[in-house]
Amino acid sequence: MALPGKAPPSTLDEFLEGLWRQNPVFVMVLGMCPALAVTVSAVNALAMGLATAFVLVSSALLVSLIRKMVPKEVRIATYIVIIATFVTVVDYLIAAISLELYEALGAFIQLIVVNCLILGRAEAHASKHPPLPAVTNALGMGLGFAIGLFALGSVREIFGAGKLFGVSLFGPDFQPWVVMVLPPGGFFVLGAWLLLFSWWRSRKVTRSPLPVGEG
Amino acid sequence: MPHASPRIELRTSPHVQSGRTVEQIMRNVVLALLPICAFSVWQFGLSVAALILTVTAACLATERFFNWMSGEPGTLSDWSATITGLLLALTLPPSFPLWMGAVAGFAAIALGKALFGGLGYNVFNPALVGRAFVQAAFPVSISTWVPAYVPGRFSEFIPTSFGVPLMLPPDLGRWVSQHMVDGYTGATPLARWKFENQVAGAEELLAGMATASVGETSALLILACGLYLAVRRFLDWRIPAAVLGSALLLALVFHLVDPGRYPPPYFVLLSGGLVLGAVFMATDTATSPVTPRGVWIYGAVIGTVTVMIRYFGGLTEGVMYAILLGNALTPLIDQYTQPRVFGAPRRKAPEGKA
Amino acid sequence: MNQPAPAITSSTAMIGTLALVATLCGILIVSAYQGTLPAITANKRLALERAVFEVIPGAASVAEYYASAQGIRPVDEGPAPEGAVKFYAAYDAQGAFLGVAAEAAAKGYADVVRILYAYDPVRQAVTGFGVVGMRETPGIGDKIVTDPQFLKNFEALDVRLDAEMKALANAVKVVKHGTKTRAWEIDAISGATVTCKAVGRGINDSAGRLLPMLVPHLDKLNIQS
Repeated sequence: MALPGKAPPSTLDEFLEGLWRQNPVFVMVLGMCPALAVTVSAVNALAMGLATAFVLVSSALLVSLIRKMVPKEVRIATYIVIIATFVTVVDYLIAAISLELYEALGAFIQLIVVNCLILGRAEAHASKHPPLPAVTNALGMGLGFAIGLFALGSVREIFGAGKLFGVSLFGPDFQPWVVMVLPPGGFFVLGAWLLLFSWWRSRKVTRSPLPVGEG
Repeated sequence: MPHASPRIELRTSPHVQSGRTVEQIMRNVVLALLPICAFSVWQFGLSVAALILTVTAACLATERFFNWMSGEPGTLSDWSATITGLLLALTLPPSFPLWMGAVAGFAAIALGKALFGGLGYNVFNPALVGRAFVQAAFPVSISTWVPAYVPGRFSEFIPTSFGVPLMLPPDLGRWVSQHMVDGYTGATPLARWKFENQVAGAEELLAGMATASVGETSALLILACGLYLAVRRFLDWRIPAAVLGSALLLALVFHLVDPGRYPPPYFVLLSGGLVLGAVFMATDTATSPVTPRGVWIYGAVIGTVTVMIRYFGGLTEGVMYAILLGNALTPLIDQYTQPRVFGAPRRKAPEGKA
Repeated sequence: MNQPAPAITSSTAMIGTLALVATLCGILIVSAYQGTLPAITANKRLALERAVFEVIPGAASVAEYYASAQGIRPVDEGPAPEGAVKFYAAYDAQGAFLGVAAEAAAKGYADVVRILYAYDPVRQAVTGFGVVGMRETPGIGDKIVTDPQFLKNFEALDVRLDAEMKALANAVKVVKHGTKTRAWEIDAISGATVTCKAVGRGINDSAGRLLPMLVPHLDKLNIQS
């Protein structure tokens, strides 16, 4: 469903949209609930990001496959059922892989279902595109989300525990910054990243002769 | 609402100039803070001097950094970052590691001021934001106290001061026992009251003999410095009056109801950082109300919340959170206490159906 | 703009689509459940064993039991009876009965502190504990698992029953740091009193409920089921 006068985006473009240009965490600021709540360590953040990416990709595939047969009156209900299904699947999968991780992520695995990013992608993209671009785009978004969460989680783990992926970086005498593993720390780190990104983009805008659009 | 034709040129307030500049006010506040700093250096020695310098330097460096980042002209010369640094240092414990002090200074300016757009736009008192940040980040270091008037305080530093950045500060236990001062307990008067039900005497609190943060030891000196600012009209005397008055009144009521459980009012007034907070922090012009009625409400909220946190909360000291809460309420208080426009009816005419 | 009037979808088509999608999703969920069930059960078992082995050194296997007013019986013999308390019996590699572990929980500083404690029936004492879940302030409240002086309280914390076997002879009490004088008192960590009190209260409540139902039937546990 390409807009008139604009060539349909290439597969790479579809992929890069979520990964970078429209990064869900740093540009669209979507899915903040898990982004703030579970990113106390790099492992938790990465697991949450990958779980979300899995739900995103699988639901995009299914939504895209059945996009022509779903009546538009019941499309949202259909998408929700599909998303909820994959969230349940991922819930079981994480419990099977590691119970420790499952308990650390807690209710936030089930809450992937209400992540507006997923329903938003299903409605705005997957339901209007054939499977290949839909999955590519969802993969880009999912990985972009995972990268965003990882960026939060690694900073919080380094400051909050002096570790990265559980490996101690500063030895046993490290003074943990307790605030970083508490909820306010999530806001501080997210704010710092957002500041960095918008500062960087504003510099790019002032330097390039033509204003760079939001895409 | 239709636009009026531009026959009159409209300008926002202020319309009357007092002839005072921000820079002049700020310089006088710094001047008033210096005796308090000097007194605490006299009490605690070299470490406190280093702490005050480090925190202030961190504040100034952060201010400069954000000036550069936003491409704005430097704002160091308005002294406001210096005030933030001095005030912040006064609220920290004397043995606070210097690198943590630098973190506090950075957080104060970055989170408390620069993110909101600089001086005048900040919602919260920057010094208290910095203090709240390190209280949440380093809960152990910020509640470790050392005795005052330690012999040799001008020739050696407290061992924790030069703790290696990012690392746990060394244990103070041995140093304290070597320098044991008679009657030293390692707990602030407020903690002693809360956990052991001992009430410190007024003369101990007034003269700065008690264990406390750098600048909250002598209520008398703080009041004198505040008086200087109030007399020269650099601060609104009503705010400290409202804060201290409401805290005193509430403490009196509690004390009369149950003298065994609640301490006498003088204790509430003189212990901890209430006087310092009331005189120097609650009065920050950017974060306190401007209406005359609002000022009293604001002060009363701070005084009441402080006493409530001290008596019924999990923390021993509540001044910091009380003032931050008062700061948050300021826009609301201002909105509800707008003075009646001259000649306007006493009550708003009932509005039509929206 | 000339937009064609939207065609009205029949209810049958809507219900049909939803039913089809729901069926598909149902199949997906059931197969995921069946596929992961063995792994999840094994994980839970492993986690439980690890927790119990930590508080009862030398243990090699664990059996889950319910204790209720009617006596004690293994968990897999049916649903929990009314007022039952779950506990874990630990055995060493030779199958000899070592002791009992049970969960306790009480409100700490930030949230509920959940612990697993070990009960030694021979000494009638709590001989260790491990944290199952807590959100206490790192650096202060979490000292309960690292502070050697605090852990010394749990070498043998007296929880013997009174003569009628109806309640603890002496309630477990948390006292101010350095004032422990009796075997049923816990010497708190100064600065982390609230968390220490949560541990003490949790053990007191849990042991007070479990032990009167468990102790009369302890001999049943001597043979590994």
